[in-house]
Amino acid sequence: MTAPASSSRFLVLAGGLSHERDVSLKSGRRVLDALRAVGVDADLRDADASLLGHLAETTYASVLVCLHGGAGEDGALREVLDIAEVPYVGATPDACRMAWDKPTAKAVAVRAGLSTPASVVLPHAAFRELGAAAVLDRLVGHLGLPLMVKPARGGSALGCTTVDKPDELPSAMVSCFSYGEAALVERFVSGTEVAVTVVDTGDGPRALPAVEVVPLSGVYDYSARYTAGQTEFFAPARLSAELSDAVASAAVRAHVALGLRDLSRVDLVVEAEGTVQLLELNTAPGMTETSLLPMAVEAAGLSLGELLRDLLHQAAARRVS
Amino acid sequence: MPRPVTLDAFTDRYAQRTHGMTASEIRALFAVASRPEVVSLAGGMPNLSALPLDAVGKLVGELISSRGTQALQYGSGQGDPQLRELICEVMALEGVRASAEDVVVTVGSQQALDLVTRVFVDPGDVVIAEAPSYVGALGTFAAYQAEVVHVTMDADGLVPEALREALANVRAAGKTAKFLYTVPNFHNPAGVSLAESRREEVLAICQAAGLMVLEDNPYGLLGFDSPPVPAICARGGEDDVLYLGSFSKTFAPGLRVGWVLAPHAVREKLVLAAEAAVLCPPQLNQMVVAEYLATQDWQGQVAAFRGMYRERRDAMLDALTQQMPNGTTWTHPAGGFYVWVTLPGELDSKVLLPRAVTARVAFVPGTAFYADGSGRQSLRLSYCYPEPDRIREGVRRLAGVLEEEVELRATFGATGPLRAARQQAESPSPDMA
Repeated sequence: MTAPASSSRFLVLAGGLSHERDVSLKSGRRVLDALRAVGVDADLRDADASLLGHLAETTYASVLVCLHGGAGEDGALREVLDIAEVPYVGATPDACRMAWDKPTAKAVAVRAGLSTPASVVLPHAAFRELGAAAVLDRLVGHLGLPLMVKPARGGSALGCTTVDKPDELPSAMVSCFSYGEAALVERFVSGTEVAVTVVDTGDGPRALPAVEVVPLSGVYDYSARYTAGQTEFFAPARLSAELSDAVASAAVRAHVALGLRDLSRVDLVVEAEGTVQLLELNTAPGMTETSLLPMAVEAAGLSLGELLRDLLHQAAARRVS
Repeated sequence: MPRPVTLDAFTDRYAQRTHGMTASEIRALFAVASRPEVVSLAGGMPNLSALPLDAVGKLVGELISSRGTQALQYGSGQGDPQLRELICEVMALEGVRASAEDVVVTVGSQQALDLVTRVFVDPGDVVIAEAPSYVGALGTFAAYQAEVVHVTMDADGLVPEALREALANVRAAGKTAKFLYTVPNFHNPAGVSLAESRREEVLAICQAAGLMVLEDNPYGLLGFDSPPVPAICARGGEDDVLYLGSFSKTFAPGLRVGWVLAPHAVREKLVLAAEAAVLCPPQLNQMVVAEYLATQDWQGQVAAFRGMYRERRDAMLDALTQQMPNGTTWTHPAGGFYVWVTLPGELDSKVLLPRAVTARVAFVPGTAFYADGSGRQSLRLSYCYPEPDRIREGVRRLAGVLEEEVELRATFGATGPLRAARQQAESPSPDMA
């Protein structure tokens, strides 16, 4: 590939058409502010029907994808950026597809020697064809209670429900299928909930300090995620040095096993006896005022704007390959 | 020992009334409605494309150049006297005889709602409201920590017997009901109107109970089939009714000009409360409205709006008839902006909104219009903004969503109650079509 005329201008993409559009717009605005605060010439725009025309007319050194969910994380937008020959920060389409599909990501993580809660993945059709009551009954028998029901693909805890009693399961399934075609039903693991940001600025992936999440309501749902003050965060997490190393190591191993690049966030739970359980990976992590990645960056003594600037430059350098 | 990250240094300082002000995934879902791919049947934005914008622009320019020192200056807390005179002429179209002295101009009728609630309601007081009720009013009542008691409606609006029963229950509970809040014409969200035969009965019930009526009438001039029905206020209720009016649906919501007509003693308090809130309503905007009323064929314009909205209403009702699954019912509005749909079986409008967003159509779940979390089986559709073809396409998409949800419910059967509580922001922001 031949590099077009060099540019020192960067593009932040935010919005999209997923259920997480609102969060994405907030992420995009915050990232734009952070980049401009460190002198980066950046534009912010939606990923819509005018995007490719805009990219044809305007040369950007690289792009930061802040779309959460849907095309932003399933690899589709990055495929389009690839064919438009515009470099971007973050994982390739293939890696995004694997990380976006939680069951696939869990399977890859298990093959890499990581622990993840026992789970079952079922589409609506399986319940319809085999009888919901019988399937749910076996499911509870197999995994036990409590359970976490979540869309196999999705973010921001949308469509997620914890289930303590069998009779809560049908409504949890209905809520889940409102957000997607397949449900991931996991054994609910309790413990210290942490998010680990993994960054790679050229010298290999490294974990930033884990951020511990303590929702005041007990559930880290949409409201707890995006209402300042509804969740307590500790950065670094209140873990022993040994457990801090364990979660950092697990996050980096997951990042590598999935073939991720530049930046990711790995969500984990440390159970009481010290087992680290991987929940999911994010290739376009939230960047809002209440999001976990910016807290990790700050806890590491870094500047969000400078880190993202470095990653954008690193992506730009990939233009000639 | 690590200390918590402080995201909001004032978490412990907020007033109790802010506790419901949290991020809402329902509200977040409306973000996609701004994209052209999505047919939004959710918002309540009037369609202003038919307004004579050149004439309005000329009028604004001339106002500034000829009377700019007045238009750009502070004004009276009660509102511009000339506009108040003209407001009396507008109200006369619905049978309301009023003196300009008793009119207080407000920043949209939403501010009138706020002022009235501020003046009358202490925390824990009861406000009686229709079931369902206008979401903006419920937000105001929540802000003043009122307890909302909903009263059933049917195709003829508020049911008088249900009102009697509600008042009796409130009395029996040892509580104080401060007023009845009602939207008698082309109700938002229910799309029905209070039958003429019920208006005096409702007023009499309230008068007998010493209960004030807060009559909110933004849509009264937007009836498709017949001239406006005289307001409750026009039926001997001058001393017992606070009447709210607005130019948001008949002219332009961006100007934020509404009003409240109140008995003298109440009016005095409302003016003082208004001055404490905003000093005075925007003088320029008031003069623009006054000049528009005085110099333009505004009633002809309202007639044009009626024709446009009628065509859109027809498109929506036709599409609903053709597309909706069995068991779905809906109201047949004779004016205004909204159709209220009741879903079949166990369908839950709040749960199916994400599926609708995936299908590129948006509506407002019924829960937004109840203070007590009920309304899951209903949803509000708005026909005011999209073109008729888009309305038909939106209803087609919605029908597909309902069919998928019916199938899902058939798979899982009775699911029992869902646990999420009502949040304060389950409706779109005002700038959403």
